[in-house]
Amino acid sequence: MLSLELEGIGKWFGERKVFENLNLKLENPTCLAVIGPNGSGKTTLLRIICGLIRPSQGKVSLKLDNQVVKKEAQGPFFSLVAPDLQLYDELTAFENLKFFSQLRDAVYSKDNLMQKIEQVGLKKREDDLVSSYSAGMKQRLKYALALLSSSKILLLDEPSSNLDEEGILVMEQIIQQHQEVGIVILATNDLKETQYAQQIFKLGN
Amino acid sequence: MPSKFSNWVTKITAVFKKEIKSEFRTRYALNSILMFAVVTLTTLSFTVGQFALTNPVKSALLWVILFFSAMSGLAQVFIKEEERRTASILKLSALPNVIFLGKFFFNLVLLFMLEIVTIPLFLILLSLQVESWLLLLVILLLGSLGLTSATTIIGAIVSKTNVKGTLLTVLSFPILLPLLVISIQGTKLALDGSHLAGAGSEIIFLLSYTIVMLTASILFFETVWME
Amino acid sequence: MGKILLFLLMSYVIIWAYIFPAPQQSLGEVSRIFYFHVPSAWVSVLAFLVSMLNGIIYLKKRDLNYDIKSSSASQIGLLFAFLATVSGSMWAKVSWGAYWNWDPRQVSIFILLLIYGAYFALRSAVLENDKKAALSAVYSILAFITVPFLVFIVPRVFESLHPATSVVDQNLKIQMSPKVSLVFFPSLVGFTILFFWIWSLQVKISQRVELKKGG
Repeated sequence: MLSLELEGIGKWFGERKVFENLNLKLENPTCLAVIGPNGSGKTTLLRIICGLIRPSQGKVSLKLDNQVVKKEAQGPFFSLVAPDLQLYDELTAFENLKFFSQLRDAVYSKDNLMQKIEQVGLKKREDDLVSSYSAGMKQRLKYALALLSSSKILLLDEPSSNLDEEGILVMEQIIQQHQEVGIVILATNDLKETQYAQQIFKLGN
Repeated sequence: MPSKFSNWVTKITAVFKKEIKSEFRTRYALNSILMFAVVTLTTLSFTVGQFALTNPVKSALLWVILFFSAMSGLAQVFIKEEERRTASILKLSALPNVIFLGKFFFNLVLLFMLEIVTIPLFLILLSLQVESWLLLLVILLLGSLGLTSATTIIGAIVSKTNVKGTLLTVLSFPILLPLLVISIQGTKLALDGSHLAGAGSEIIFLLSYTIVMLTASILFFETVWME
Repeated sequence: MGKILLFLLMSYVIIWAYIFPAPQQSLGEVSRIFYFHVPSAWVSVLAFLVSMLNGIIYLKKRDLNYDIKSSSASQIGLLFAFLATVSGSMWAKVSWGAYWNWDPRQVSIFILLLIYGAYFALRSAVLENDKKAALSAVYSILAFITVPFLVFIVPRVFESLHPATSVVDQNLKIQMSPKVSLVFFPSLVGFTILFFWIWSLQVKISQRVELKKGG
């Protein structure tokens, strides 16, 4: 049983306040949609949750079977798919996945990698350099990476950005599968996407 | 069941291999380093090469070239992660220590490759007589280790700023000064033909500098990396 | 109250520095600069230490006030390092014939100036306050740990012209005449108190400036 809790989270960039006093508690299995206008801090919130950004106030705590998970050990619990995340252009898709797999788990399995590549619909393109990928293909590759990491908490920032119809189906399947077991948090401008979620969290006044 | 330590080594190796692969395909850092060294060497050779330079001067010139070549290329390993925006995903996927050590070893290899090209050219163009090869190699090795350890952490600091390139030299110089001075002294001793024992204090100094710098780098890298 | 005492102390130092016999007969009147030059150098090093320590506290607590303290200390340290270098060069010109002689102490204070310069170059290259604070703190720690190495190499490489043995002999015992001590040590204490006083003023000013920017 996994529980994620945000207590009194606030963030300022210099003088500009993004948000303050955010409180949230999530337990698996569940899916949360974070909505709000542009600039309300959806991306910032997701980044604070997975530890990429330090909050100005408050803390993020994680408990696995009621045992507290220390900050240093929280990393592997999260996966992030976001528009501003870049993969290595000068490597192929396969090489990217292999690299990150080795980084996370110290091993990689060719079969496992190929299976994820197929699942996101990039079969036959795995040996092409990412620099030759379209934006939609890069987005699919990011999903493949998230699947590979088998993290319990999936963070999706604008989940359908750059995806075509087929890509959106892939995305829906991934969200569906993941929220049956783990926690999915998606941040979106598109109210239609809240249909995947059981809870909604609104940012910005 | 692989041990935690061997996992750690595998991860560092993964970072190292990725750097090598990236560098091999883009050649950003290697090109600037080599170009810098060759240009400097040629200039020196044309201008002062004809004069009878003493061993202390030649030693100093060698390390000046190595220092500035390092400045032109060893921070790339972090700067390119920031500029190409791949830093975020790297932060999420690995512990800071792993990233630092992988990049450190890559920088070390980069520096060694530079030296393989530069040293022979240096010896020829400035007509150097090396009396004590073993000592020279030891000094080069230890000096390179120290140079790389300081430059890597400072490169990480600089990659987080708006200015990057020139700032690296400004920040590195005071910190690298002790290393440069002793490396120059050690090189001079090697040129003069001293035994290893004769350069004992230089060797110990370089070794302790490297150990101190590496330890401090590992302690503080996470702070810099997470900014 | 403290300020009045400081004023009295510094006046005492300044006046007696000129009335008492010169510290070194061989050098004559100019050696009086000793009472100001050495404490200035001392303060520039003390400021570096204070700056680094506050940097470490910032990294632990992430309270920007500590960064203000750290950079203020460095500003004052830079000033005193500059004063020490200038007073040292003037003294050098008279005693050794040239403003710059590659004497180990001159080189050391010059390196300290370089470190301060690098510290401020780093700060000006970062816009965000918390990033600026964290990066400066790490850099000042790195610079601090190279100090033992610098201290080791500088005397080995550069021969000393500094009048070392007249003040502190081989056994590190103070060799000053009692009269000289009477002015030197108060000067040292006075300069130190002066540092802490200017530092606290600078911190208060910077804090007000930061508050004003926020409002």
